[in-house]
Amino acid sequence: MKDPTSHESYPDPHHDTYSNTVFGFWVYLLTDFMLFGALFATYAVLKNNTFGGPPAKDLFHLPFVFIETLILLLCSFFSGLGGASAHRKKKNRTIILFGLTFLAGVVFMVMEFHDFNRLIDSGNSWQRSGFLSAYFTLVGTHSLHVILGLLWIIVILLPVFWSGLTPVNIKRLSCLRIFWQFLNVVWVFIFSIVYLMGVN
Amino acid sequence: MFGRLTLQAFKHDLIEYLAGISMIVAAVIIISLIMYHRRWKWLWKEWLTSLDHKKIGTMYVILSVIMLFKGLIDALMMRAQQALAVGDSMGYLTASHFQQIFTAHGVTMIFFVAMGLIFGLINLVLPLQIGARDVAFPFLNSLSFWLFAAGGMLILVSLVIGVFAGTGWSSYPPLAGLKYNPGVGVDYWLWSVQISGVGSLLSGINFLVTILKMRCPGMTLMKMPVFVWAVLVTMILVIFAFPVLTADVAMLTTDRLLDTRLFTSEFGGNPMMYINLFWAWGHPEVYILVLPAFGIYSEVVPVFSQKRLFGYATMVWALIAITFLSFIVWLHHFFTMGAGPNVNAFFGIMTMIIAVPTGVKVFNWLFTMFRGRVIFETPMLWFLAFIATFTIGGMTGVLMSIPGIDFQVHNSLFLIAHFHSTIIGGVVFGFFAGYYYWFPKFTGFKLNERLGRYAFWCWFIGFLFAFLPLYFLGLMGATRRLNHISVPEWHPPLILAGIGAFLIACGVVFQCLQLFLSIKERKENREPTGDPWNGRTLEWSTTSPPPFYNFAVIPEVHERDAFWAMKQSKAPKQKPHYEKFHMPKNSGLGVYIGALSFILAFGAIWYMYWLAIASALGIIACIIIRLYEKHTDYYVSVEEIEKIEGMKQKA
Repeated sequence: MKDPTSHESYPDPHHDTYSNTVFGFWVYLLTDFMLFGALFATYAVLKNNTFGGPPAKDLFHLPFVFIETLILLLCSFFSGLGGASAHRKKKNRTIILFGLTFLAGVVFMVMEFHDFNRLIDSGNSWQRSGFLSAYFTLVGTHSLHVILGLLWIIVILLPVFWSGLTPVNIKRLSCLRIFWQFLNVVWVFIFSIVYLMGVN
Repeated sequence: MFGRLTLQAFKHDLIEYLAGISMIVAAVIIISLIMYHRRWKWLWKEWLTSLDHKKIGTMYVILSVIMLFKGLIDALMMRAQQALAVGDSMGYLTASHFQQIFTAHGVTMIFFVAMGLIFGLINLVLPLQIGARDVAFPFLNSLSFWLFAAGGMLILVSLVIGVFAGTGWSSYPPLAGLKYNPGVGVDYWLWSVQISGVGSLLSGINFLVTILKMRCPGMTLMKMPVFVWAVLVTMILVIFAFPVLTADVAMLTTDRLLDTRLFTSEFGGNPMMYINLFWAWGHPEVYILVLPAFGIYSEVVPVFSQKRLFGYATMVWALIAITFLSFIVWLHHFFTMGAGPNVNAFFGIMTMIIAVPTGVKVFNWLFTMFRGRVIFETPMLWFLAFIATFTIGGMTGVLMSIPGIDFQVHNSLFLIAHFHSTIIGGVVFGFFAGYYYWFPKFTGFKLNERLGRYAFWCWFIGFLFAFLPLYFLGLMGATRRLNHISVPEWHPPLILAGIGAFLIACGVVFQCLQLFLSIKERKENREPTGDPWNGRTLEWSTTSPPPFYNFAVIPEVHERDAFWAMKQSKAPKQKPHYEKFHMPKNSGLGVYIGALSFILAFGAIWYMYWLAIASALGIIACIIIRLYEKHTDYYVSVEEIEKIEGMKQKA
């Protein structure tokens, strides 16, 4: 992608340019993937350690999780379009699209908490077994990332309101967009490995 | 209000009181000296809030040296205990205090000495070697340092308030779980490792981007100095390994704070999973420490042999091979877990193979010396000592990679001797070589050579005395972490090891004297050229110390030993053409975030949740403030550059 910040506010090629930041952000995402990798490995090891409690297939409702998945996919879709309109300098459209990302993200989180609550209320909290601990740790870490993603949308969208699509704001929106794609990729793995493989 | 923090937390035995009081006295002396000289403002503006990579690097080194003193005193106390507590005597330390000491020694030396020294040197040297004015993300760099400092402070605070972990530096559950260790010790361990680990992770991202994106024009990957290559692969290791540690430590934290059952021995937890993840980080970590040291030797040996490095390409490929292999050997840390003969055989063979690229590097250094005009200054002495000790350590490592032998020597003093041979012989000696070598670059004067030699011989002979007996003790059956020795035959070698530790301490005293004397006689040892060793790489092309922007004009590189080539070429010197450029402004937010992380950890350790939550919110607020800051950089004008460069010419 062309560097939208060159020769505007950063004439010096050696300082915090668009490409450095976005590349650094990709590297950060790589580290986050490794973190999730460790959590997935733990889940895989502990999956059958139910300690007399219910196994995965008695706990998960696939249709509900499928709707969650669709909603999170919508988040990625909106944020992708939002990032593209930011690069085309369409301020209002950018704000609306990231606003929609935010709303869909909130719906996802409400559903997620509903699901967690259902498990805890039925006596199947993380204290029940190694399997449930691994489940809550893995999916909970993803939820934590989504919450930070939501907070981050607010933090980054406010300056867009005030000062428009400055090069710095475009740079940040680009990172934000990649982050939401990342949230979705991780969720796809969770959906396949935890839920799809769990109910079978 | 104060969670589980009661007056009981301040009750210790006499020796612990002495340690705590001496630490507080040292802190009070330093603070009152700053007060007396009215240097607070200077300290804050010039150092603590600085985003200059050279200053951050210096702060890393200073903090690591302070931690080195602490780790060294731990080591001396352990050696004294094992030399005294034989037969009827129980020594002078209680069992619980001894446990804390060996745990703190390991954590301090790995996380806060070796890592700090290495990251300090990388900060100092790397941007200069690639001809850059700064790192890719200067603020992140400052933040990394302050997280590292916050982690180190937690260990120091545990000396006074509460206790430190007694679980060994790797804190294996279920021993480190809530059931068997309900106190605050393991929590101190968890939070200090976690916070400094996040700092290292951020540094990893920062330096990777710096190397890949900010090299000066003409410096292709295969023209980078080998130190830069070593740092590049090290940062790849950091990026892949440290998140695993973060996840692992976080999961042990939730086991202790939220009653998850991941690593418990009941409720279907699996403690071995922790150990697997720990070493999936831990083995790459070994190479994270030693590869930059290899890079230092690759800089020192050619310069002091006055010859270019032998086998540059094989050096680079050896680094890459080690990087790859270091991720598939972690199981050799627990062959005795009983993963089965096939799994153990695979990891054993991989471990043996990793010795091959390492051997390639050793031979390349030796061939670099071959037919060179070798100058035996102190850095070269450290290198030669490294070859001897590291080869011993490496070969005993290959020995232990055979699972059958490992079952015999697992957790024995043989292992302790092995990894001290590689870490002291490799990393610490490497840092010392780099310290003598680059010291004049950053201060403008050389270190005292004579005292440096005294320090070297104390260290080297002390090292041999301290660790060679441990190999024999290990073969005689002595296990690690014993606070009482019940076999009388083990006594004489342990006394020898104690003498060795004392000699090493003498070496450290000589190094302190050397630094002190060199600063005192800095006028005589002044080094005006900026190139005291007839160097080969770009850092020597600028003045000593370098201006805050490193290079007034970004150099252009055509060959591998770039500065050497510049010195050889007879092209007439042109008058440099200056252009204005961006530099980052200072920021105190890194300090604040570091301090808040410390408070967050302290709150979580003592169950003061209101404090932990408040400081977490504070951290988020700091990040948002940083995002909303408008003028984080400024221009250095051409007039200012001319003024600084003109002053240098006059000097």
